[in-house]
Amino acid sequence: MSDVASVSPGRSLWADAWARLKANRAATFSALYLVLMTVVCLIGPLLTSHAFTTIYPDYVRTPPSLAPYPRADTIEKSLRDAVKRARIEISGWRQEGARVFVAVSSAKPIDERVVRYLDRSDTFEDAKVEEKSADGLKLTMSGRVEHKYFYFGTDNSGRDLLTRTLIAGRVSLAIGLLAGFVAVAIGVVYGATSGLMGGKTDEVMMRIVDILYSLPFIFFVIMLVVFFGRNFVLMFLAVGAVLWLDMARIVRGQALSLRRQEYVQAAEALGVRQSGILIRHIIPNLLGPVVIYMTLLVPQVIILESFLSFLGLGVQEPMASWGVLISAGAKNIGTADWLLVFPSIFLTSTLFALNFIGDGLRDALDPKDR
Amino acid sequence: MLRYVLRRLLTAIPTLFVIVTISFFLMRVAPGGPFNQEKGLNPVIKANLERAFGLDLPLWKQYFVYLGNLLRGDFGPSYNLPDFTVAELFAAGLPISLQLGTAALVLSLVIGCAMGIYAALRQNSWIDYLVTAVATAGSTIPTFVIAPVYQIIFGLLLRWAPVGGWGDGTFANKIGPVITLALPFLAIFARLMRGSMIEALHTHHIRTARALGLSDYSIIVRHALRGALLPVVSYAGPAAAALLTGSIIVESIFQIPGVGRYFVDAALNRDYTLVMGTVVVIAIFTIAFNLIVDLLYAVLDPRVRYE
Amino acid sequence: MAEPILALKNIKVNFQTLDGIVEAVKGVSLDVKAGETVAIVGESGSGKSQLMMGTMGLLASNGSIAGVADYRGTNLVGLPKPELNSIRGRKITMIFQEPMTSLDPLYTIGNQLIEPIMHHQKIGWDQANARAIDMMKLVKIQEPERRMGSYPHEMSGGQRQRVMIAMALANDPDLLIADEPTTALDVTIQAEILELMASLQKRLGMGMIFITHDLNIVRRIASRVVVMRYGEVVEEGDAKAIFKQPKHAYTKALLDAEPSGRKAPPAAKAPKILDGTSVSVTFKIGGGFMAGPPLLLKAVDRVSVTLKQGQTIGIVGESGSGKSTLARALLRLVPSEGAISFEGKDIAKLDREEMRPLRKQIQIVLQDPFGSLSPRMTAGQIVTEGLLVHEPSMTSRKRDQRAVQALEEVQLDPKLRNRYPHEFSGGQRQRIAIARAIILKPRLIVLDEPTSALDRQVQSQIIELLRNLQKANNLSYLFISHDLAVVRAMADHIIVMKDGRVVEQGTPDEVLENPREPYTKRLMAAAFA
Repeated sequence: MSDVASVSPGRSLWADAWARLKANRAATFSALYLVLMTVVCLIGPLLTSHAFTTIYPDYVRTPPSLAPYPRADTIEKSLRDAVKRARIEISGWRQEGARVFVAVSSAKPIDERVVRYLDRSDTFEDAKVEEKSADGLKLTMSGRVEHKYFYFGTDNSGRDLLTRTLIAGRVSLAIGLLAGFVAVAIGVVYGATSGLMGGKTDEVMMRIVDILYSLPFIFFVIMLVVFFGRNFVLMFLAVGAVLWLDMARIVRGQALSLRRQEYVQAAEALGVRQSGILIRHIIPNLLGPVVIYMTLLVPQVIILESFLSFLGLGVQEPMASWGVLISAGAKNIGTADWLLVFPSIFLTSTLFALNFIGDGLRDALDPKDR
Repeated sequence: MLRYVLRRLLTAIPTLFVIVTISFFLMRVAPGGPFNQEKGLNPVIKANLERAFGLDLPLWKQYFVYLGNLLRGDFGPSYNLPDFTVAELFAAGLPISLQLGTAALVLSLVIGCAMGIYAALRQNSWIDYLVTAVATAGSTIPTFVIAPVYQIIFGLLLRWAPVGGWGDGTFANKIGPVITLALPFLAIFARLMRGSMIEALHTHHIRTARALGLSDYSIIVRHALRGALLPVVSYAGPAAAALLTGSIIVESIFQIPGVGRYFVDAALNRDYTLVMGTVVVIAIFTIAFNLIVDLLYAVLDPRVRYE
Repeated sequence: MAEPILALKNIKVNFQTLDGIVEAVKGVSLDVKAGETVAIVGESGSGKSQLMMGTMGLLASNGSIAGVADYRGTNLVGLPKPELNSIRGRKITMIFQEPMTSLDPLYTIGNQLIEPIMHHQKIGWDQANARAIDMMKLVKIQEPERRMGSYPHEMSGGQRQRVMIAMALANDPDLLIADEPTTALDVTIQAEILELMASLQKRLGMGMIFITHDLNIVRRIASRVVVMRYGEVVEEGDAKAIFKQPKHAYTKALLDAEPSGRKAPPAAKAPKILDGTSVSVTFKIGGGFMAGPPLLLKAVDRVSVTLKQGQTIGIVGESGSGKSTLARALLRLVPSEGAISFEGKDIAKLDREEMRPLRKQIQIVLQDPFGSLSPRMTAGQIVTEGLLVHEPSMTSRKRDQRAVQALEEVQLDPKLRNRYPHEFSGGQRQRIAIARAIILKPRLIVLDEPTSALDRQVQSQIIELLRNLQKANNLSYLFISHDLAVVRAMADHIIVMKDGRVVEQGTPDEVLENPREPYTKRLMAAAFA
């Protein structure tokens, strides 16, 4: 009784693992980053003042900038475009502070409702008639220049990339989590059944997994996508249904080795029921590898989803996932590189964070590995 | 050993059969058909087409017809590219995918293993950290990000290589696809090699070799490396199968006319024969490389006995 | 007086760990002369292995050594690798505890023998091969020429240890360091290897350092003894003198740790508790899907055992003799043939459900104190698990009281019951395992090598505890062990098993004083040399 000196509540293996995880700086930083990413993706779209579906025809493929749009040199073009749509002539314009004054003329009397054309433009708002000539052929109207911010630029149809990237983040993260969960659930149930039943059942169940392994798995996913239709909700089911194989193998191996542990034998000798052995001995000891695998599975799922989206099989427009955005970006390299850069940074950094957390968890839960 | 190879080849047949069967029926219960997409196709013409390809027969009959043809080595005509048979399509695309895949496999194996070994021998040095960083990056950043970034940097900014295309397979056309294909595998090989080498260096028999005063070369190459190669070899099998049968992503980004694209296009167009052909080719590669890996294993590890 | 071959002066070994620096060896000095055998004795964690590992430059990468290790004028500490490699393997060699893993599994025995010979003696393959075969003969390996082509996994543990010795001696070293070379081997094989080492040491006139925790071995082989504890030398001197008159209290405690005493047999009219008649267990090996018919192995072959109340039957045998399987069969934990009755009730045909109430009466304590406790349950939860099954209506408060009681009975501080197994030492864990067994107030406990994984001192404490519990509760024990010294102290009836059969049985005096079977004689010779 010498080496346990002070009397304090015991430190379980979980507490030990937690302490080790906290000491791992890459993992803690990654966890914080991931929380931040989640929060930003959830709240961010509410604050960007753009809806992810809003199309700004005036701002197609606008490069990213911290300064507001429109720029001075584009105001005139937007003005002329707007006036042109009203089928009237522009005779002069000037800017005073935030407002633009434009004088127009026409061969026919001008309807005052032309100010709508100014309002309809993405560049101006609050348009009104300032003065009108008696014959109605000349008119001066003004509109306030509407300042818009596109920190990440806009895409080919003039949608704000920041908003779309954040919305895509919601989708990718949600699919990652949900599909990861589905895969883990199927894998754990299948693997545990196989490992605990043992014998012939185990052999048959594992043979099935072997055959599924040798099927080209893209084929599997594509078939599932074809079945389910390109449906966002069912999407993660398809992905999860494919990625459970590894989990099943891991859990089966663990269950097999746990069954041979002396403490399971000891419990059997105590007369503990199978259910008790499962709940008190097998599951708590299985949890570690499952948690580790799950954190490593989520990035896999996100990649797979991005991959499918990249091929055009995943999330459909106007919804977006990081894969969808990257796919669009890859098609516009050289002309609009930001379309590739921003979603790629978001996706890659998230994947890094998830991997670091997974590695950290593995080191923490399984110190033998180091 | 020969008997083992023969037995493995024999067991490959039922495996292949199961895969073909599952794929065939899975594909056929999916809605749609090869001639449904083309809008406004005259129903009479459609019926004629289906009759011509035997698609009007009951499903089980079609299945046996397909199996029979397959046994004679006939993959059938492609439904969507009616001028070609499936076999012709593979004859055109497979050599290209094989070239890229082989180059990527060799590259990733050689460099990945070298990096892993070096990092293991200099554990916790800056080189080790560098290798670990590269390995983490390589296995984390998806190919569909790396490939366009390569195109931007080397194709558009530096103009060292074309952005894409095959161009009769010149070196400049190949280098990008090969690097992007190789990078994730290189990362995994480096990680595996580093881990298993560190583990091997900590075994009791390495301690024995050190206690016997053997040279570093003998300890590292003869005693540690041989054992450490085993996990790398077992991963190299599936990796080789995946690399050689063409990558959808890399081939579509770099516009390479390999076989990687066939599968997705064929599945989307319900080009049944082409889908089945792809499945069979991939399955054969997978089975073959698993066998090769097992044989290599036996050469490396005398504890494995094959009867 | 002869010059020492190796003189260690103030050797310190430190390890850099997550919890800071651990001092494994804290300034040890000792020397070895030609032709003498020095035994370094100590329990696990005493630093005895790390001392020699450090001297040989074999520390793990987080370890460091300071001090002077003088080999004939060369300081081995800090010696550049090429120079160190001209001494180790050539002049000083080392063999290790783990015969199963110390040889490279990927090369033949011959290959591994020849390599260091060619490397150090700079001779050709043919000569080295001849030398290797000579060495194989020297360590008495049958058919040396054929065995040269064998792989390690094709040999037994004893044979591998012989190969290790051959490798170590092939270059005519001055000094052989043996780190627990027999610990992992069965007792009879242990004796053979020790004999071989002793005779080779005499013949070759080299010095030998023998690291061990086993005083029996020391007595048999050493001329001088160094006793280590917590990284320091506590006593050093002539072997005979130390055995006769230990000076340091720790050495005395070590010597006293030899299990002693005898158990009186139970009263003749004591009731029968467990009765097994002609029990057999057959294992299927291999077989299954596409792998041909399975191989049948008779692990236990028609064995009959009768255990009375208050009796301890010792079952003795080497690994693979079927002793553990027999006990598990009697407890109905593995399927078996033959009749088994518990307190007169036939239990051979009972199924799981029907056996459950009886499990309360029959308990088992397993060998591995690290593996037999669920790592994610507290000591209290582990101890009370049986109550959940057999007294499901008990409140958790009452269960906790029972846990406190049981832990007190095994002399473990009940305050520690919220701790997890990894926080306890080996002996403490075994106490927890015993508490788990006795909390149900059983009639019979199977003790499957309960002390084999423990240091001698802890071992004797556990034996004492088991004896007291038996007296207090009139328990019956089935005591399985390969260690005759322990069995002699515990059992009043001994069964000797070999290859699944009983080869001899009787009272300890009958069996141990006058063994009839040659197998028992060999076991005896090995245990009490």
